[in-house]
Amino acid sequence: MAIKSVLGLFQDANQAADAGDAVKETGLTENDIDFLTDCPYPEGAFGEREEHIKLFLFPFIGGILGFFGGIMVTSMTQMAYPLITGGKPILSLPPMAVVMYEGTMLGAILFTVLGVLFESRLPHKMTEAYDERVSQGLIGVLVRAEEGKEQEINDVLSKAGAVDTKIA
Amino acid sequence: MQEGRVLPPEQINKDLLNSIMSTPKWYWPAVGICSLIVLIAATIVGYMINKGLGITGLNRPVMWGFFITNFVFWIGISHAGVMLSAILRLAKAEWRRPASRAAEVLTIFSLMTAMTMPIIHTGRPWRSLYWFFPYDFARGIFPNIRSPLVWDPSAILTYLTSSVLFVFIALIPDFAILRDNTTGLRKKIYTALSMGWQGNARQWKLQIVAGILLSALILPVFVSVHSIVSWDFGMAVSVKAWHSTVFAPYFVVGAVHSGVSAVIFVLILLRQAYGWQDYIRREHVEALCRLLIVVSTGWFYYFCMEIIFGIYGREADEVAIRTLQFTLYPWNWIMIIFIVTTYFLPILLWSRKVWRRNLLIVSIACISVNIGMWLERYILFVPGQINKQLFTFTWANYTPTIFEGIIVLGTFALVTLLLLLFSKVMPLIPLYDIKEGDILKTEVQIGRRTVPATFRED
Repeated sequence: MAIKSVLGLFQDANQAADAGDAVKETGLTENDIDFLTDCPYPEGAFGEREEHIKLFLFPFIGGILGFFGGIMVTSMTQMAYPLITGGKPILSLPPMAVVMYEGTMLGAILFTVLGVLFESRLPHKMTEAYDERVSQGLIGVLVRAEEGKEQEINDVLSKAGAVDTKIA
Repeated sequence: MQEGRVLPPEQINKDLLNSIMSTPKWYWPAVGICSLIVLIAATIVGYMINKGLGITGLNRPVMWGFFITNFVFWIGISHAGVMLSAILRLAKAEWRRPASRAAEVLTIFSLMTAMTMPIIHTGRPWRSLYWFFPYDFARGIFPNIRSPLVWDPSAILTYLTSSVLFVFIALIPDFAILRDNTTGLRKKIYTALSMGWQGNARQWKLQIVAGILLSALILPVFVSVHSIVSWDFGMAVSVKAWHSTVFAPYFVVGAVHSGVSAVIFVLILLRQAYGWQDYIRREHVEALCRLLIVVSTGWFYYFCMEIIFGIYGREADEVAIRTLQFTLYPWNWIMIIFIVTTYFLPILLWSRKVWRRNLLIVSIACISVNIGMWLERYILFVPGQINKQLFTFTWANYTPTIFEGIIVLGTFALVTLLLLLFSKVMPLIPLYDIKEGDILKTEVQIGRRTVPATFRED
């Protein structure tokens, strides 16, 4: 059965949190509800589900790859043109360490950014109900429900004090 | 902070997007003037490529002059972004909010500008590729990894890439606000840039965690960049007086000093130009000035150490260079102007609360710091090369030409132009950060006083 999304817009955080509770009473779970805001609210402000993220894994993977990238660039470059300068060995660690360090940091940062996008589910095609007034400070309560149940959810949100609702 | 008033979100959108939604009368003339200066400088660069470095004052033994001075200066300015954004974010300083984006953007543009300087300085820019790119473009020759001139591009490119990504991640929610507030082609562009951002709890949580994580990752890069820039000099065996062991921290603290001063000046300009009095408040400027008192005093300590380390060993070359810097014209005058403008004048102007809250006085102090910091690099690099050394048989003083002066001026116009163009398409103050600050703000009653307070999550 197709999934429909219903969006209710609320003036303040308390109303939005109450609306979320009212939706849960219809048999839906917290996984079916999202709270859309134009800025970060303290975690749990709307009684929303706890989000588990694995972002910390990404910089480690990126850092390791970047470190080995740094080793490869420095060692292979030196071996490709083995010119002895200042009596130092061809594979001299102190100068290699600088590039390896930068490679490690670059890898860690690149992977962190990729991790943020991946974990945020971005890029994301906006097919669900959305209203531009969310960016004007209204709080959106987005509910995903099976087709046929959307009107019931719409009524629940309206009853909870939504200034407007949308179904998509 | 104490003086802010809580504004409704629509008002914040209207105020902070006014640089994008409307065009003040001064905007296009300012863009025009900056573009003209950049164009003239670019033409001179073209002329220099055609005629050779002979049109500059560079000659043996002074091969690093205005261009390299300017390169280090702009690298220094770029340190403001991480200092303000990352350190203050990790320290959970509330007053960072309006300053963070402008600082990060200034970092990017000053880094980009800095990178042009050594490339122009080579005289034949296309040959720069041979020098740092790990590929044999000619005759099977690969770059020499043992040279600091190879470490430098690797550090700067890492810092630039990191800074761009740092800004981009923080811009996504603001792109969504722009998507919701624009129409036509602009809406399509912002829709693509916002990548379907909804603003749900998961996305916000990741935005906050990413801010902290990226700050923590960029900080070591920030320290490494100017340290490595200092090694360009510290590891040049042939030039005396460039081997001080305090060069790395001296350069890093100096960079923060000039960079944060530049950010304060940019913030004051933005406040006046776009009427952002409610966002960039006098208390923010004052807080930044107090920070700078500490930073500049730290910088002055390293400056003294650098001089003391130089003369304490009584090496003939070191003493000769210090004599040149402190007693011989024109270096002695440059030294005096540099010390006064970098430390004593700004410290005096930041010494009283009323002066720290006076935007004109603060602007003068910040410009003064940057004049001084530019001269600091100049007086650090050039006298070392002028000093007579063994096995060098060509002697000449260094007198910069008008061409070098215009190219340096062009870099200032370029950074200003890029900032102006950025302000036309993207918000220079992060909207969500300001709104979050307002949400977390409250007032508490303590005895008979009602005082502002801020809720803070761990």
